[in-house]
Amino acid sequence: MTVMASLEELKRGTERRKRTNSFFYFIFLSATLVSTISLIVIFVTLGLESFNFFTHVSVAEFLTHTKWTALFAEKHFGVLPLLNATIITSLIAITVAAPIGVMIALFLSEYASPALRSVVKPAVETLAGIPTVVYGYFALYFITPNILRNLWEGLQIHNALAVGLMIGILIIPIVASISDDAMNAVPLDLRHAAYALGSRKSDVALRVVFPAALSGVSASIILAFARAMGETMIAAIAGGFRSVLTFNVGEAMETMTAYIAQVATGDAPHGTIEYQSLFAVGLFLLLITAVLNYIGIRVVKRWAIKY
Amino acid sequence: MTIKSYNQLLTEYLEQGKDEMTDSSEPEVVRVENVRVVYGNKIAIDNISVSFKRHYITAIIGPSGCGKSTLLRSINRMNDLVPGAKVYGRVYFNGTDVYSKDVDPVFIRSRISMVFQRPNPFPFSIFDNVAFGLRVNGFKLTKDELYNKVKDALIKAALWDEVKDRLNAHAYSLSGGQQQRLCIARALAIDPEVLLLDEPTVSLDPISTARIESLLRSIKDEYTIIIVTHNMLQAARASDYTTVMMPDDDMIGRIIEFGPTKEIFTNPKDKRTEDYISGRIG
Repeated sequence: MTVMASLEELKRGTERRKRTNSFFYFIFLSATLVSTISLIVIFVTLGLESFNFFTHVSVAEFLTHTKWTALFAEKHFGVLPLLNATIITSLIAITVAAPIGVMIALFLSEYASPALRSVVKPAVETLAGIPTVVYGYFALYFITPNILRNLWEGLQIHNALAVGLMIGILIIPIVASISDDAMNAVPLDLRHAAYALGSRKSDVALRVVFPAALSGVSASIILAFARAMGETMIAAIAGGFRSVLTFNVGEAMETMTAYIAQVATGDAPHGTIEYQSLFAVGLFLLLITAVLNYIGIRVVKRWAIKY
Repeated sequence: MTIKSYNQLLTEYLEQGKDEMTDSSEPEVVRVENVRVVYGNKIAIDNISVSFKRHYITAIIGPSGCGKSTLLRSINRMNDLVPGAKVYGRVYFNGTDVYSKDVDPVFIRSRISMVFQRPNPFPFSIFDNVAFGLRVNGFKLTKDELYNKVKDALIKAALWDEVKDRLNAHAYSLSGGQQQRLCIARALAIDPEVLLLDEPTVSLDPISTARIESLLRSIKDEYTIIIVTHNMLQAARASDYTTVMMPDDDMIGRIIEFGPTKEIFTNPKDKRTEDYISGRIG
């Protein structure tokens, strides 16, 4: 016998469902708001303190002056030495990470057996989970004295080269992981088509899978570069706090992030110009990395192939 | 115009092919001997022996799951790429067993190229798709020679007139039927002896299908063509010889009949063939 639900029962069910729905809606919305509001607060704080900074220093001086002497008696606020150090270390890093990361991705997606892949992929991704302070000391106390100084005698103990190489190792997993995802998205029947035309495995990997995954690979490199620019601990520990405009990677160089770490952990009094300068540098860095991330996303969308 | 019945169409197609008598003295290019293919612990096809004659089109027909594609893939060693697949028996290509230890499967595939069910052009330009096989096979060609080879292949695949003004356009800008003809051009560009086609028109409309069938007839004097299809009209229209495959009670695919297409369709020896082509099976 079928039991018919009464209209009241049906209505009650609806109301309970409505209550449950709105309860979870607000729980999940609040969780989402935490990150959104944080972003807004960060932007506003950086914006306000930077505004104060730029009432004392012109934007033109900030962007074009070649001396950064914020912590000296005679103060100059040209961001170029910091920007230069950031770009040099990041370029060294990406020079290391892009080829190695792409080769790892090709190995994982085309050559490794499923068993080997299930070991290697997590191992590579673990690299990204090591606290960066460990990398920093490793660069300062191992790479520079034990490796680099054997090859380059005049190398300063703090130097941009060790920083760049170490950040390069740090960002390898970003390139490898995103590129591997892109290569895995290349349909199997393209590989079969290539084999059926007399391709070897290397032809399939380099002439089909790599070009077909190029948008993902490019995006991984841009995102890894943005991450390299934002890396702080390695730059602060192994790069030194010498804000001089130089292109010699064997010398100490202070990146934007290292300067922020230096001032924020030091005793620059609240409200002083050196205190405000850190927000200006932070805002500048944030804008650069935001633009890079935007370009990365555009590259993926523009070149993405719909199979 | 009247709508013709299946049987009328079949009779017409077979009549058209009447004057092209099949010649049993032609040499065999591919001879399959006692082949069994196993996926994991399942036998897919067993006891397969059949040969394919030079410059003829042979159709492999049969219901879904009878192992037609498996047989096709064992000819150019594409089954090597299927995890867990094992091939037993012999497949001779011009007298050489393609499964013997000193044979390079890559070389076999450059002589026996293949076109798949779903058009699968590379995400490159039209030109680069056709040139792909020439580049990976290390043909040392000047720019002009490469262009001419690409052009020849596109002409043979009956696609040249439609794409000659936009060779650098992306392959994905072509229609499905054009993409499949591009895949045929790509397979022909490397000058194979044998062309394998695995249900090449199954995802295409009737007009595109007709184009592909007519282009196959137009190139058959230069190649040996083996086409898997479950469209019997296609086999009747386009092939000289027909192999009929059928799963047995254990779902193991076997060849039940082989012969000139006309004979298979007008005078089948096996009762199951008769049932299949008259639409009672499959």
